[in-house]
Amino acid sequence: MGITVEGANKRFGDFQALKDVSISVPDGSLTALLGPSGSGKSTLLRAIAGLEDLDSGRVMINNEDATTKPAQKRGVGFVFQHYAAFKHMTVFENVGFGLKIRKWKKPEISDRVHELLRLVQLDGLAGRFPSQLSGGQRQRMALARALAVQPQVLLLDEPFGALDAKVRKDLRTWLRHLHEEMHVTTIFVTHDQEEAMDVAEQLVVMNNGQVEQSGSADDLYENPANEFVMSFVGEVNRLGDSFVRPHDMEVVLDADERTEEGMVQRIVALGFEIRVEFVLADGTEIWAQLTRPELQRLELEEGQIAYLRPAQAKSFNGSSPSETIGASTPHGSPDEGDAEKPAAV
Amino acid sequence: MSSSTASRWGLRTLGLGYLALLLLAPLVLIFFKTFEDGISPPLDAITSPDGLHALKLTLIMVAIAVPINTIFGIGCALLLVRHKWKGNGVIDAVINLPFAISPIVIGLSLFLLYGTDGWFGPALADLGFEVLFSVPGMVLASIFVSLPFVVRETVPVLQEIGTDQEQAASTLGANAWQTFWRITLPAIRWGVAYGVVLTTARVLGEFGAVTIVSGSINGKTQTLPLFVEKQFANFQLPGAYGASLVLALLALTTLLAMNLLKRKEA
Repeated sequence: MGITVEGANKRFGDFQALKDVSISVPDGSLTALLGPSGSGKSTLLRAIAGLEDLDSGRVMINNEDATTKPAQKRGVGFVFQHYAAFKHMTVFENVGFGLKIRKWKKPEISDRVHELLRLVQLDGLAGRFPSQLSGGQRQRMALARALAVQPQVLLLDEPFGALDAKVRKDLRTWLRHLHEEMHVTTIFVTHDQEEAMDVAEQLVVMNNGQVEQSGSADDLYENPANEFVMSFVGEVNRLGDSFVRPHDMEVVLDADERTEEGMVQRIVALGFEIRVEFVLADGTEIWAQLTRPELQRLELEEGQIAYLRPAQAKSFNGSSPSETIGASTPHGSPDEGDAEKPAAV
Repeated sequence: MSSSTASRWGLRTLGLGYLALLLLAPLVLIFFKTFEDGISPPLDAITSPDGLHALKLTLIMVAIAVPINTIFGIGCALLLVRHKWKGNGVIDAVINLPFAISPIVIGLSLFLLYGTDGWFGPALADLGFEVLFSVPGMVLASIFVSLPFVVRETVPVLQEIGTDQEQAASTLGANAWQTFWRITLPAIRWGVAYGVVLTTARVLGEFGAVTIVSGSINGKTQTLPLFVEKQFANFQLPGAYGASLVLALLALTTLLAMNLLKRKEA
C-alpha cells in the first residue's frame, strides 16, 4: 500500500530532472520531499500525480500500477504552490468542482462542501470569490477542494511557499493536525528543512535529480549519508575535511592539543540561542551555537581570542561517512546505502 | 497653473483633437449628410429590395464566418500556447498573413484557386458547386481576412492564465473536454469576446476581398459595403450614406453588447 516509485527517469531537453529515482511512502504516512530548487522534487511529485509523464520507471499507488493512467484517473488530491484557484468560481464552486464532475446530486455536494469548509475553517466564506481571500485562505480552499473527492493520496507542491512566515507556521501545524485526523497518505514538497522536519514523519532528501537519503528527521540529522544531506538538513561548519554542527562546537578559553585558535568576530543574540562567529588563523569562518548561560560563563567579547574544539565531527570520503568523536560516544551506523561503521579516530 | 498641469492639458487637447478630426468628424458628417433631405431618401434606399438583400447577406456572412473563426481561433490559440512543437513558429507567422496582405490580393488569390481555370474551380464546378460569384466564395473571403483576430486576442490571455487551473481540474477528475468547458473557456472568455467583436466588425465591413470574388451582383451577391460602393458610384448619395450609417450602427452595437455583458458580470 502507499506510494512506490521505481527507477523513475525524466529529462527536459538537456536537463535530467530525475535520475533513476526510487522512493517508497508508507500508507497513511506524511512524507516530505526536501531539496533545493532544481533537485527534481516537484517533478517527482508531479509524476506521481500524473501531471508529468516519466521517460521510464513505474509509479504504484496503493498497489496499483498508475504509470500510464491519466491524472484524472489516479485519485490524487493535488495542491499547488500558487493555489490554482478557479478564479471565476466561488469558494463553494471551487470545493465542489470535483464532486460536480463526479455527478453528485446538489444537496449531497452542498453537505460535503460545507463539511469541508468547516474543516478548513472557511465556513461563512462559501460565496466569496478567490480574489476576495487572503493567501492562507486560498490555500486552505485549495486543500478542501483536493480533499473533497476523497483522494487516495494527497500531494502538496510547496503548499506554503507563497505565504508569509507567520501564516506558514500556522498552516503547517494545522496540516499536521489535519493529517492526524484524516490519515490519508500525504507527500509534500518543500525546500525548507525546518518545515519538513516540523511537519513530516519521513523525509526524502533530493539533490540533482537523485535521492540522497531518506529516513526520519532524527536519522538524517544524526546520521547523514553524505556531505549534502549533512549541510542541507541542519547547519554545518566545515573544518578541513570534516563537518561539525555549530552546537557540537565547544568553545573553551584554554588551549590544548585538540583545540584550534579563533578570534571572535561577531556575537549575535537570537533569544536563548547565541551565534558566535569566529575566524580561524587560516581565514576559515566558523560559528558556534551557544546558550545564553554558556556565553555568560565564557564572557566572550568581539575581537577576543578563544579556542574551538569539535565535540563531534563527520567526514565523508566518497560516499561513506566516518565519524570523528571528541567528547561523546559513537552513534549507530547510518541506515542508508553501504556506509561503513563509524570509526572513532 | 503649474507647467506640468499645462502640458498635461495640452497633451489631452492634442489627443482628443486628433481623434475628433480623424475619427469622429467623418462619422458625424455621414450622420448629417444622411438626413440632409429628411429621413425618407436614405430609408427608401435601404428598404429597397437590393438594400434589404445586402443587409441580409451581410448578416449571413457574419453568422457563418464569425462562429467558424471563433472555433478555429480558440483551437489555434490552444495549439500555439499549450502544445509546444517546432511548427508553432510557422503557424504563428502564417496566421498573421491576412493582416499583412492587402484584402484585394486575397480576393485575387481566391479567384485563382476557385475560378474556372483555377486549381479547385473546375472540380467543384463538376460537383455543381459554384464558389465564385456566390455566397460560398464570399464567406471564404470573409473568413480569410478576419482569421487572425480571435487567435491574436486569445493567445496572450491563455499565456497569462497558465496551466495550473487546468491541471488542478484534471487531478479533480475532469477530462480534457470538461476542463476546457468549465475552466479554460471561462478563464479566456473576455479575450475571445474581444476577438469576436473585432472579427464581426471586420466581416461587416470587408470590401476588397469580397468585391473580387462576389462580382457585386445587385440583389444577389452584394453585401452592405458593396451596396454602398455601387450607390456611391451611381451618384445615389442618400442610399450610400444611409447604408454606411447602418453598417456603423451594426459595428457599434456589437461593441456595446460586449461592454454591457462585461459590466453585467463585474
